[in-house]
Amino acid sequence: MKEYTAIKELPYYEELDFYKKQKRIVLQNCGLIDPEKIDDYIEKKGYQAAAKAITQMKSKEIIEEVKKSGLRGRGGGGFPTGLKWQFAKDAEGEKKYIVCNADEGDPGAFMDRSLLEGDPHKLLEGMMIAAYAIDADEGYIYVRAEYPLAIRRLKKAISQAEELGLLGENIFGTEFNFKIHIKEGAGAFVCGEETALMASIEGKRGTPTSRPPYPAQSGLWGKPTNINNVETYANIPFIIDNGAEEFNKFGTENSSGTKVFALTGKIKNTGLVEVPMGLSLRDIIYDIGGGITDDKGFKAVQTGGPSGGCIPAEQLDLKIDYDSLKEIGAMMGSGGMVVMDEDTCMVDVARFFLTFTQSESCGKCTPCRLGTKRMLEILERITEGEGKKGDIEKLEQLGKVIKEASLCGLGQTAPNPVLTTIKYFRDEYEAHINDKKCPAGQCDALKGSYVIDEDHCIGCGQCKTVCPADAITGKKQKAHTIDPEACISCGACAEVCPVNAISN
Amino acid sequence: MKSFSELKEYQNEISEKKKNNQKIDDKPEIIIGMGTCGIAAGAKKIRNAVVDVVKEKNLDVKITETGCIGMCEKEPLMDIKMPGMERVTYGEIEESDVKRIINKHVFEKKIVKEFAIARILE
Amino acid sequence: MDKIELSKVDTILDDHRGKKDSLITVLQKSQNELGYLSKDTQKYIADEMKIPYSKLYGVVTFYSQFHQKPRGKYIVRVCEGTACHVRGGDKVLEALKDELGVDRGETTKDLLFTLEPVACLGACGLAPVVMINDESYGRMTPESIVEVINEYRNKN
Repeated sequence: MKEYTAIKELPYYEELDFYKKQKRIVLQNCGLIDPEKIDDYIEKKGYQAAAKAITQMKSKEIIEEVKKSGLRGRGGGGFPTGLKWQFAKDAEGEKKYIVCNADEGDPGAFMDRSLLEGDPHKLLEGMMIAAYAIDADEGYIYVRAEYPLAIRRLKKAISQAEELGLLGENIFGTEFNFKIHIKEGAGAFVCGEETALMASIEGKRGTPTSRPPYPAQSGLWGKPTNINNVETYANIPFIIDNGAEEFNKFGTENSSGTKVFALTGKIKNTGLVEVPMGLSLRDIIYDIGGGITDDKGFKAVQTGGPSGGCIPAEQLDLKIDYDSLKEIGAMMGSGGMVVMDEDTCMVDVARFFLTFTQSESCGKCTPCRLGTKRMLEILERITEGEGKKGDIEKLEQLGKVIKEASLCGLGQTAPNPVLTTIKYFRDEYEAHINDKKCPAGQCDALKGSYVIDEDHCIGCGQCKTVCPADAITGKKQKAHTIDPEACISCGACAEVCPVNAISN
Repeated sequence: MKSFSELKEYQNEISEKKKNNQKIDDKPEIIIGMGTCGIAAGAKKIRNAVVDVVKEKNLDVKITETGCIGMCEKEPLMDIKMPGMERVTYGEIEESDVKRIINKHVFEKKIVKEFAIARILE
Repeated sequence: MDKIELSKVDTILDDHRGKKDSLITVLQKSQNELGYLSKDTQKYIADEMKIPYSKLYGVVTFYSQFHQKPRGKYIVRVCEGTACHVRGGDKVLEALKDELGVDRGETTKDLLFTLEPVACLGACGLAPVVMINDESYGRMTPESIVEVINEYRNKN
């Protein structure tokens, strides 16, 4: 192979497997422009949609266009954005607010962060258009404090936009005024829920309130408020600039446009991808993602973060959009996609997610506060080898009640990972409970003792040195053995063995 | 911004300025991916290495930053844009690779195959 | 609180007096200045902002970002997100516990490091990830994280 080549030998981005099936609307500028330079954004037709909307369109026309585009909330719920704007527009009140939810808290999700870091002006432009459409003059962006770089770039973007008069008073020579503030979150997952988020902006404990009233009627400080997620706003400039029809060319009938997914876990090409709705999981995981690392078998993909579900191999050809995911018990969520291979224990995964939601439950309503706790206790018991007959049924029953009776989205979706793993991987639960075995070999308490393959052992003695239980005996250069009674199944010996002769 | 046309004018100004700059000073540009993922993979060290090479060779180049293009697996990423040539992305580079890539690409206009990922259609 | 601390909090309060919605911002800024929110600091802020202490205490204890005990110079945040979990983040956490000799949420005796597992740092593409103050480190292993910790130790 030659070390050097001419430029014409190189593929274009669009020709790489990773990009071939992508369609970049939201991420159009990410990784290409300098996010700290407003001129870079303007050169790429930035703020043109805002100018068009504010100087040439009535607010009614904008809302109609957004409705026609079929854009649905990208934060997870999938509520039609145009309708949401209509409610806020129709609400009576002198003062209205625009809020952007950038409290991206789902483990395994980082699309909002990448967008804020890579193209902050796109969000500002989307918010401007929304503000003009619903007659708001003030906006808040609620960002996680764990994203210091995103916060820095947003602040810079806002001051640059103010300098050019794109934010402030009499924008584009009209009567429209708009300013944007940044609020840093203080570390509470539940603040991703819109009513909790607004309580947090007001400086209170971030607990959700029951709806109605919806934020569109009574939101921030009791004023009509429109709240959308980062990716939702970032779609707006494209829709206004190119028209709803152009936007509708991508996606499925009830889920138009694209969706950004964060592809992580046991997958070759981890990264951020934007694809038209309706692509299959197989397209995303194998064609774009390059398949599973170390060529292991695919077991499941977890979508929608801790509120989503685990999707098994049988569903790999599912065309993903809001409705198809919901049908199989998962959800779009914010777009995290964590790929799991054959070595992943699904009971442990369910326990992992529930540990998260349980500790993030704000404690306001009982089904979520106590229900998730009881479910977690059962799951912990099962992974520790203490599972009992009837545990699976109890989990299903608890899950159903929590889903129906909880106050906000956190509780209403918390049982999803447990319910979907039971639905698709019931045999794994049964193996843990009935046979006291973890088929994936992940649950420490259910691991059998380790055994040395005498034919392969070279007698180096490294295992003997690391064994914390002194369970290994054997002479140098001779095959060693492990005393099953003394072995605590920690796996330290298997890790150091230079010839991989130890297994359990 | 007082009107739509003012924005358009400003937009044209930027494009013109860019075109003229390219004609006048013909500066190569080195662009480093500085999103959180890039930084976590060592982008700051790469930028320092670039600055060192530029100083050492007394090069007249622009060093700029960009956000995340999505290929986390290939971070850290570094792009080089030579006047009259398409922008090229290099990935999975280490500090010690920077000098060789710049030497070959900027001076000889040769692409270092080992790290090159793709070119960008402009 | 001593005089210096008092004046620092006063400067922060000056921008926000009378604005009840600024409570979280005031607490964040005060914590940044003082490192943590002692009972005295909390009571002082409550009085100055004319907010019941019970209400302020409710806010401080609700958000995981606020701390009522002194913390280390370097906050070591270990990501426990899904992607890090499936890529061996737990082993990195164990290595840190051993190396620093502290458990989750604890601070080393020399007040240099505080170990703080977090739900997700959002750099999943480079899992497992550790963040030390504002600096992110990706693709960590039990070995490489110890090297990083030693770099910080050598700075002091």
